[in-house]
Amino acid sequence: MLTVADLPRRELAARLAGPGLVLRTGPFANRIRSDIPQLRDGIALLYADYPVDAPGGFADFHLSLRRAGGLRRFFRPQVCFSHEGVSPFKPLPLAQAFPMFEWVMNWCVTHRAHSWLIIHAAVLERHGRAIILPAPPGSGKSTLCAALVTRGWRLLSDEMTLVRLDDGAVLPLPRPVSLKNESIGIIRAYAPDAVLSPPVENTNKGTIAHLKAPSASIARVGDVAQPAFIVFPRYEAGAPVTLTPMGRARAFMGVAENAFNYQVLGMRGFTALGQLIDATAAFEFRYSKLDDAVQLFERMARDGV
Amino acid sequence: MKTLPVLLRVLRDPAAAVGLDAAGWDLLLRQALNADMSAILLVLLEDAGLLEQVPKAARSHLEWARMTGERHARAVRYEVLQIGRALSGLGLPLILLKGSAYALAGLAAGRGRLFSDIDILVPKAQLGEVEAALMLHGWAGTHQDAYDQRYYREWMHELPPMEHLRRGNVIDVHHAILPETAAVRPDPAKLRAAAVALPALDPGMPPLHVLAPHDMVLHCAVHLFSEGEFSHGTRNLFDLHRLLLEFGRQDGFWDGLPARARALELGRPLFYALRYCRRLLGTPIPDAVLRATAAEGPAQPLRALMDSLFLRALLPAHPSCADAFAPLAHGMLYIRGNWLRMPFFMLTRHLFHKAFLSPDAKPVH
Repeated sequence: MLTVADLPRRELAARLAGPGLVLRTGPFANRIRSDIPQLRDGIALLYADYPVDAPGGFADFHLSLRRAGGLRRFFRPQVCFSHEGVSPFKPLPLAQAFPMFEWVMNWCVTHRAHSWLIIHAAVLERHGRAIILPAPPGSGKSTLCAALVTRGWRLLSDEMTLVRLDDGAVLPLPRPVSLKNESIGIIRAYAPDAVLSPPVENTNKGTIAHLKAPSASIARVGDVAQPAFIVFPRYEAGAPVTLTPMGRARAFMGVAENAFNYQVLGMRGFTALGQLIDATAAFEFRYSKLDDAVQLFERMARDGV
Repeated sequence: MKTLPVLLRVLRDPAAAVGLDAAGWDLLLRQALNADMSAILLVLLEDAGLLEQVPKAARSHLEWARMTGERHARAVRYEVLQIGRALSGLGLPLILLKGSAYALAGLAAGRGRLFSDIDILVPKAQLGEVEAALMLHGWAGTHQDAYDQRYYREWMHELPPMEHLRRGNVIDVHHAILPETAAVRPDPAKLRAAAVALPALDPGMPPLHVLAPHDMVLHCAVHLFSEGEFSHGTRNLFDLHRLLLEFGRQDGFWDGLPARARALELGRPLFYALRYCRRLLGTPIPDAVLRATAAEGPAQPLRALMDSLFLRALLPAHPSCADAFAPLAHGMLYIRGNWLRMPFFMLTRHLFHKAFLSPDAKPVH
């Protein structure tokens, strides 16, 4: 199958500027149109291994990210996102084109793709067992996710855990892992070979860089995973590793609070979440050292307890 | 008119979707999404027994829309129940309008129909009591600045929209179906007198009402063809289409419609409704009704102008449906919508105030 890496640079630019680049991420086809070089470079770097469809067919999401016109062309240039001729968000500074792209790619899924219970959580798999890491921003979820990915875990998603409604399996949607502020330096030191996008400063979340998803994870995009653990991580400077079992009711509410479409799904969401909680063991997890966390997770995935 | 947009072709005849290729489905779903009609498309294809023939990728989108549609239907029932309870002590004839009326009355027009506000009609003399009761139950007025308050309370046919503090849902409390300042003001007492009671939602609650079939069609028409904003033009026209199809099967519906329109001074919006439903959606309308309403339409050359505006504005709000004149058509209809709301001097003052004096007025770059 044709991938982004197979497209000559000129062809990639021509598709983005013309009929659209149809990029496959997990179960979705995204038609992307853009005239912004930073975005093209970001896609070439971080999406090199992703399959590309021929233009002109069916796409699930249609995204356009373009330079704002008029005076904005010259003075503090901006990037505008539009979806089918509608612009739901305010433009951002042009330098933030790639983070904005990642953000709106998430938005397309979370607010429409209701075939799944979508949890705001990272999800990774090893030894056939998936660990779901739901967490509000600032809990160190993405840092932990990035660390595990660089130690051989399969990335299913850094942001959105897609739980299939009928059987509770988790569908892979591997995309770049978003790292913020200090996490960028931490992961660079932790995995010097990891491919990171150039950091973008002054976003509303601070400085952001994206870690490329492992090629092996992208190649296994068709293999669903069975969730075994739900772990609510919390980074605390200097804290020893502690793993505290959570009651099922608390775990249920904790995941519900982090779900994007639990309300939309109604009874189906309630049932799917109940089954997920029944099928997994849930823990609260505190850590300060990535190595400790990675060791513990390796043991959990290997032994299943 | 050249070929119709694919969404309209499928709305006219769901079987038209069967032969679509991947690019055709892509465009159909995109037009439906922008028109806020994805769940309606699902309902039509399902009713026609065509869902199994939909390609897998497109089918997923329709199933996503099913989830959104069902969620909306649940939320509307719940919200209407809360409104009914909040107002149950007032001895009101509480009448639901538009989307919530279609949904709660179990009409075809309510199936798959999404809407953002719940609209109710109450007697003007009881507006104060209704507002107070809603506030006691958690709804709070929006548009607090003095000018907006005056705009709504003196000139409009509704209170400033009220939003529930916890649930965020919005209710529009109307006492009439057109503004106080409009040239035409159908008598709300006539609408209330003809309203139809719905089966009780809750044993302890007085029944809710909806407008009688003629009045429901006429309200839908006047709402669509007096507004200045057509982002939901296709969907609102399709409401009319589904109402006309369903009520048209009742004895006497078509015979009485033109006369009722005249009694309520709504002959012109009915003329437009029938004309564009027929032109764009192929709605079957008896010749006698078309003849009886023909004289209500505008004379040439105005008729040709209105055709050129409405036949653009009623297309799905999607870039693939817009020609070079579409922005002009929308702009002219926006001005017309405001023009119909209030006399020229008042309108000038209103637009001036909105542009330069309102606290949220933005400087123009």
